Formats: sequence, structure tokens, C-alpha cells
Amino acid sequence: MTQYVVLSAILFTIGCVGVLTRRNALVVFMCVELMLNACNLAFVAFARQHGNLDGQITAFFVMVVAAAEVVIGLAIIMTIFRTRRSASVDDASLLKY
Amino acid sequence: MNLLSQTVRLVEEGGAAPVVSPDTGAGGVFDLLWLVIALPLLGAFLLLAVAPFLQGSLKAAADKHGHLVGTAMSTLSFVLSLVLFVALLGRGAEERQIGQHLWTWFETGSLSVGMDLLYDQLAALFLLLITGVGSLIHVYAIGYMEHDERRRRFFGYLNLFVAAMLTLILSANFVGLFLGWEGVGLASYLLIGFWQHKPSAAAAAKKAFVINRVGDIGLSLAIALMFATFGTADFAGVSERAGDASQDTLTALGLLLLLGACGKSAQVPLQAWLLDAMEGPTPVSALIHAATMVTAGVYLVVRANFIFELAPIAQTAVVVVATVTLLWGAVLGCAKDDIKKALAGSTMSQIGYMMLAAGLGPVGYPFAIFHLLTHGFFKANMFLGAGSVMHGMNDDVDMRHYGGLNKAMPVTFLTFAMGYLAIIGFPGFSGFWSKDRIIETALADNLVVGLLAVLGAGITAFYMTRLMLMTFLTEKRWAKDVHPHESPKVMTVPLMVLAALSVLGGVLLLGDWIVTWLEPVTGHAEHHEPPLPALVITLIITAVVAIGVATAWFLVGKRDVPREAPQEVSFATRAARADLYGDAINDAVVVRPGASLVGGLATFDRVGVDGVVEGGSAGIGGLSTTMRRLQNGFVRSYALSVLAGALLVVLALLAVNFA
Amino acid sequence: MTFWILAPIMVAAALGILFVRKAVHAALLLAVVMISIAFLYAVMEAPFLFAVQIIVYTGAILMLFLFVMMLIGVDASDSTVETIRGQRVMATVLGLLFGTVLVVGISQVTYGTVVGLDTANSGGNVPAIANILFSRYVFAFEATSALLITAVLGAMVLAHRERLTPKATQASLAAQRIRDFGEHGKHPGPLPSPGVYARHNAVDTPALLPDGTAAESSVSRVLAARGTVRSAPALADDIDVVTAQIGDPASMPETSGKAGTPANTTEDVK
Repeated sequence: MTQYVVLSAILFTIGCVGVLTRRNALVVFMCVELMLNACNLAFVAFARQHGNLDGQITAFFVMVVAAAEVVIGLAIIMTIFRTRRSASVDDASLLKY
Repeated sequence: MNLLSQTVRLVEEGGAAPVVSPDTGAGGVFDLLWLVIALPLLGAFLLLAVAPFLQGSLKAAADKHGHLVGTAMSTLSFVLSLVLFVALLGRGAEERQIGQHLWTWFETGSLSVGMDLLYDQLAALFLLLITGVGSLIHVYAIGYMEHDERRRRFFGYLNLFVAAMLTLILSANFVGLFLGWEGVGLASYLLIGFWQHKPSAAAAAKKAFVINRVGDIGLSLAIALMFATFGTADFAGVSERAGDASQDTLTALGLLLLLGACGKSAQVPLQAWLLDAMEGPTPVSALIHAATMVTAGVYLVVRANFIFELAPIAQTAVVVVATVTLLWGAVLGCAKDDIKKALAGSTMSQIGYMMLAAGLGPVGYPFAIFHLLTHGFFKANMFLGAGSVMHGMNDDVDMRHYGGLNKAMPVTFLTFAMGYLAIIGFPGFSGFWSKDRIIETALADNLVVGLLAVLGAGITAFYMTRLMLMTFLTEKRWAKDVHPHESPKVMTVPLMVLAALSVLGGVLLLGDWIVTWLEPVTGHAEHHEPPLPALVITLIITAVVAIGVATAWFLVGKRDVPREAPQEVSFATRAARADLYGDAINDAVVVRPGASLVGGLATFDRVGVDGVVEGGSAGIGGLSTTMRRLQNGFVRSYALSVLAGALLVVLALLAVNFA
Repeated sequence: MTFWILAPIMVAAALGILFVRKAVHAALLLAVVMISIAFLYAVMEAPFLFAVQIIVYTGAILMLFLFVMMLIGVDASDSTVETIRGQRVMATVLGLLFGTVLVVGISQVTYGTVVGLDTANSGGNVPAIANILFSRYVFAFEATSALLITAVLGAMVLAHRERLTPKATQASLAAQRIRDFGEHGKHPGPLPSPGVYARHNAVDTPALLPDGTAAESSVSRVLAARGTVRSAPALADDIDVVTAQIGDPASMPETSGKAGTPANTTEDVK
């Protein structure tokens, strides 16, 4: 049991670091997906631990929400790319002091 | 001490002032009482509020004939006053207090102040003086202000002044009196600064206004104290209940009223404005600063006799202030070369006499009013005479540039001489009777005060003779381009009327008429025997006056008067020329400490209060400038902060769960 | 057992996402992680999620990523220079710290015996999930439907571009073509197809003009840039060899093709 949660934590952390270090908006987005998947893994593991399906249902909802998020997120990335010819998250930094 | 013990004894004897109890249902001609005030007020309204909005030929007509409206209003008011006076004469002595309720001014809780008028023997005399002398001065001003393009406005102000002064006199309570009091203050301000293009006139107006405010504080505090103590400020209510109040309260009331009187009547220590007020046109000086407004303080003390009778300390203060002022003014009069300022000094001195009489209690009140009336005549006469002289001398006011004018303007000289003889107390003239009785009463009351009053009479004789000699006698010292001429009839006729009054004013004393007349208002007084027979005292006073005249004759008349004032003079002369350092004292005691205090407060406000606020804001601003660098726009930096926060949360959870 | 095989692969792939420079490689590595997770779902008695993970996540969402990546430019690779000062160091330090704390914290916890889903899945996993989803979680389910519709609308709004110029009609296009011809001498008709007049009809072989030279515009510019355009005459020998092998077409019977057939049949006249 512990090993699943630990794996989940490791994947989550890797996702975090990926979000912080990568600059391509798509890769950043993929790292976010990685973090979501890591969470899902923990949910499913705990579902088995407790012997009910609520964890799996939650993982299912997470997937649905992730799908919606991806649709919107990618559309935003496309729009930004269309106007700025760049997919770097650092280029969109005008909203500042 | 002598004085104190005597006034206390007076109270013990039950000599308290009579209660004011007006008869409100008088009817008849007395129903027109309000018109006395309303007529000049209407004149002021027409001239000041309506005329400026007229257009075209109407406006030209208003500017051209406005002065006639003003004069007519004042004269009508005088006629009405005369009718009322005759009607009052026709009533019995017990029925001569007429009240008229116009409307309720304001009412809050238990406090109710009505717009009430009170017409009694005292008010009747004042009404005649104000409207009578006022009308004469209006007529005089028609000539004097003929070439002033703002003559209509001038007459509007004059009417406003008359209306305010009549309100002051006729009001049946202290609040209404205060309304008139402030009204004359306003009119005085407007008229002193009438030639506001002269910086000195504007400054003088401001000075008069500010110093008057100091006195007004005293009066308004006194009114507040009356409300607190008696629950009313009606003369009737206060006079009825004055005996119930504690001695301390009455003393405080008396001193506060005295402060008010000092401000309005230019008594020491609030005397500094009067000489500067001579910046106004001469009719103003005559009307306001000689005959009427400055006597309001005397009226206040006499009217509030029911308070002063019960407050011997305040009464003593009145006597002290009056004695100081009568000498102060006299000394100023000796040194001034400006004819109007010399006369102003004499005004101060004469009002000192009136206040002195008013401070002596019931025995002095009639003489205070008597002197007030005679002074109103002869001082208005002399001021207008001085105006006439200035009119002929191209508005030069320096007496050192006059001399020998008796030939050039005989009418002015003769009328002025009547006023002169009246003021020095030449036997038979009005001033002789009034001043003599005051000194006599003072001597009977307190020897020191009486002797100082005698000394004042001597100085008066000196400086008035000096003024007379320098102006009309001695040799010519005119500038080359000056051609003195007699003033037009419209100016000399009022002079003649006033000269006649100056001579004949003494008739009021025939058979002690004025004393009897005023007795219901001021109370009956036991006449104390003076230390010497009255005739002896009169002779002594006359002798002192003669000495004063002779001194002036030898010091001024027998020598050449230099055209420029000599600078090598004694300390006393220098001090007198500098108004006995009145302004310097004011500066040192009030103005400079006040300015320092305000400057200190301003500095504290700027450095302390603003420093804290601005320092705080600058600190926050600096911090924000530094902190805003955190908002660098990079989403990954923000994400790093989020991760740091998450780390903290996890650590906190662990700490809670495993600690 | 499955876990111990998959876990190292997953961690390695995840770390790979951090270090590969090309986004498309990252996407592929992510696919590895996702499919591995799907297998772990299967191991953990969640067959429905196993299917959904593969079909929806890996199949749909990741493919969407790839689509966008193709639109943006598949060749674009991340610059390795960090522009924000201290970001990479701080991210690494904080990440390591965070991971360590999580792992240490989790390993401190003792879980009881695993209950297992045998009971819950007794009627089959999918019917059991359906039971819960449409009873206890029905409102959440409906809410997600609203969410999805909103997302669709949002995507449409974001992707939509307002037309700023009127749509070109056929007539205006034709007019433009003729204008271009008049002004720049641009050929108004369609470009020649490659190899039409040549003996060889491959796309990398230009057509031959009547004078025997190659028509440059008949081959794709990309091929020209790559330098892989062949010349038609160079193939002639080749054709001769072929002809020799299959025999002379002129001697071939009519069935060999219609090319040489005269246009005098009734069909052609019509």
C-alpha cells in the first residue's frame, strides 16, 4: 500500500519541479497532467485500501475535469501563440509591477 | 476701599436698581415703535440690496439721488422719535416703560428669545440723539461726500448703522441688544474701510473689527451666563431675578459686560482701534466714533445697572477702567498733530468720563447719560467742523499745516468755537454742566478718582486749546497750493444746529430734569454731600481749566508752530505720539505670543502630525516599491511561491500530527 | 510484482519529461507514464478506470496535446538557458525538500490491512461504479456535464477569429488572378502537373515543356529545396531498359492503353 502512495508522491513532486523549470507552455501543461495522474493513483490506491469505490469515482471526476481543463488550456495556449508567435510562459509576463 | 465700602452699603440700604417691567399694551402711537428701526433699515435695503441690481437710467437715478433716500429715512425716523418722545412725556412717570413684542425670534426647549422692543426714558433720549445727530450728519454728508462716486453706498451704510444702533437701543433683551451690537460693529467696519483703496483704511477697519470681537466675546459670554443663571436674557427677567444669583456670578457678569463695553467704547485696554478708525470719512468719525456707537458701552453699563448695582467689584473695575481711559485719551490728545486723531483722543477721554459716572452707581447714571448727550452734540459739531476744515484744506489733516483759518472759514470757526467752549467746560456751555456734575459726584464718592477727573479736565482744556490755536488762530502755515474756503450751506447748517445744541445742551439739567426723568430706569439715589460746597468745586474746576487754557496759550499760542513736528521732544511726548505704546503693548502681550503659539502649532502640525502621516506613507511607499518587485509577471515565480506555501502547509501538518 | 516493474519505468519516464528538450518527446514519455498508471489501475482492481485512462487520457487528451504541438511547431525545442535568476536552483531545492517531506511523512503512516475491492466489485466493477455514480454522485455528475459544455463553448470562443475582410468570392479570385497576370506576369492557370509531358510521372520529376526543358513550377518547392528533383531525360535510359524488357509499345496490341487511340470513336465525339 505504502509503495503506491510513495510513487504517487514522487510523481507529483516531479510534476511540480517540471512546472517550475520548463518554459514551454505545453510541457508545463503536461507536467500539470502528470501531477493530476499522480493524485489519481493515490485515490485509486486508497479506494482499494478502504474497500469502497468512492476513490475510483473521484479519480473519474478528476479525469473529466482534467479533460475540460485541457480543452480550455490548450485553446488559451493556441490563442497566445497566435498573437505572440511563442509558446514560452516567460514571454507572457506583461502583467506585473 | 472707600469706593467698595460705599457701594456695598448702597446694596444694604436696599438701593437696588428698579425692576424693568414694560407695559406691552400701550397702543396708540407707540405701536409704530418698530418703524423707528424699520425706516433706516428699509433705506439701507433699498440703497445696498436693490439699487445695485437696477439697470440703465434707474441705476443712474439711484446713484444720483440715493443719498436723498438715506437722509429722508433717517429724518423720518427722527420725526417719529420726536413724536414718540412727546407721547412719552404725556404719560405718567409710572407708565413710561413701553414694550412691543414683534415676533418670537427663536425658541429651543425652555429657552425663548423674542424680538421685543423696549421704549423707556433712557431709550427715548438715545433715540433722539441717534436719529437727531444722525440726520444732521446725513445732511452734512450730502455735501461732504458730493464728489465721491460711491456716495449711494455710503448712505446705505450710514442707514444700516442707524438701524443697527436703534436695534441696540430699543431691544428689550440682551440677545437683541447683541444683534444691534454686532450690526454697528459691521457698519463701523464697512465705514472705516469705506476708502478701502487706502491700505491704511483697510487695516484700520480690520483692526477695529478684531478688537471689537474681543469685547464681543465678553458680551456673548455674559449673555450665555445669563441664560445659564436666569434662564432668560430679557431685561425684565434678569432685573427681576438678579438678586437671586450668587455674588460670584454677578461679579463675573459685570466684568464680562465691562469687557464688552470696553471693546465698543474704546476703553483701556481695548482702546487701540479708535484712533486708527479716523481713516474713515469724517461724517463717519462724527457719527460713529464720537456721537453714537462708542457710547454703546456706556449705554450697556447704564442699562445693566441692575447687575452692576449688585456687583460692587465689577463697578469698581468700571471706575478704574474709566479713570485710566480718561487720562489716557487726554494725554493722546495733547500730542497728536492729526486733527481727527486729537479729537479721537478727546472722545476716548470723554467716554472715560461717562464710564466713570456710570461706575458710580445710581447717583452717576443720569450724569453719564447727560454727558453722553452733550458730548454727542459738541463732539459731532467739532468732528464735522474738522471735516469742514479738511474740506477746505484739500483733505490735509495735519494741524501744523493749518493756522489762521478763522478768517478763511468764519462759520466753521464760530461753530467749532462753541464746541470747544462746551468741551473744556466753559461756564454756561453744555459741557460745563455735564462734566461738572460728574466730577462733583466722583469727588463725593472717592477723592483720588475725583482729583484725577479734575486733572483730566485741565488736560482737556490744554489740548483742546492747543487744537483750537493751531487750527484757527496763530499765523498761516498753509501749503502754497491750498486755498481755504468756507464749506457749502448743506455742511454749515448742521454745524450751526449742533453748535446751538452745544451751547444750550445744559437746559436738560434745569431743575434736575434729567435726573428725575431717568430715575425710574436707573433707580433713586441718595445724593451724598461732596467734601466741599458745590460752588467751591465748580470754581476749582474752572480754575484748573483756566490753567490748562493758559498753559496752551503760552506753549502754543505765544510761540511759532513749526510746520514739521519737532523730533527732539521729551519722552512723554514721544510716548503720547505713539498712542502711549498701546499698539506695542497689544503686540507684546497678545499678537506676538499668539503668533508664536500659532507658529509653534503650525510647526508641530507640519513636523509632528504631518511627519507621522507622511513618514508612514513614505515608509509604506518605500516598502511597496521594494515588495512590488515580487510581482515580476513570471507565472513560474508565482508557482514557486505556491510550492513554498504547500511545503509549509505539509510541514505544519506533519508537525501537528507527529509532534 | 507488476508494481515493481512499472514503478522504475514510470519514475524514469517522469524524470525524462523534466530533461528532454523537445516537447514531443515529453509527450511520448508522458504517454508511457499514463499507460503504466493504467496498468496499475488494472492491478488495483479498477478495470473501468484502466479503460478510461487509456481511452480518454492517453488516447484523447494526450492526442490533443500532440495536435496542438503540431500546430505550434513540432520542431520547437526549449532553450536551456534559465531567464529567471535563481528559479532553477530554488525549484530543485524546494522540490527535493517537498518530495522528501512527503515521502518521509507518508512512510511514517501505518495503514491497516488492505480491505480489497472483492466485495465492492462483486457485481462487476462497471455496474458498481455506475450504481454509485448515478445515485450518490448524480449531482456532481450533472455538474461535470455542465462543466464540459462550458469548456466546449470556451474552446470555441477562444479559437474563434472574427473575419475582418469579406470572404473572397469566385469572381473576385478570378479577377485577382488575371490582375496578377497583368501586373507580374504570374501564370493565371493551374500549375502544370509533374511529369505530364515527360515519360515519367513521379512527383519528383518535373514536366517537360514543348522545347524539352524542365518546367520548374511543376514540382513542389520542398522537393526542389531538398535537391531531390530528378530530371526527365536522365530517366530516359531507364525507360529504354524497361521498354526493352516489356517490348516496344508501338508493337503492343490496342489493349495496352488508350494513349495512342485516335479520337474518332463515337464516345469521344460526344
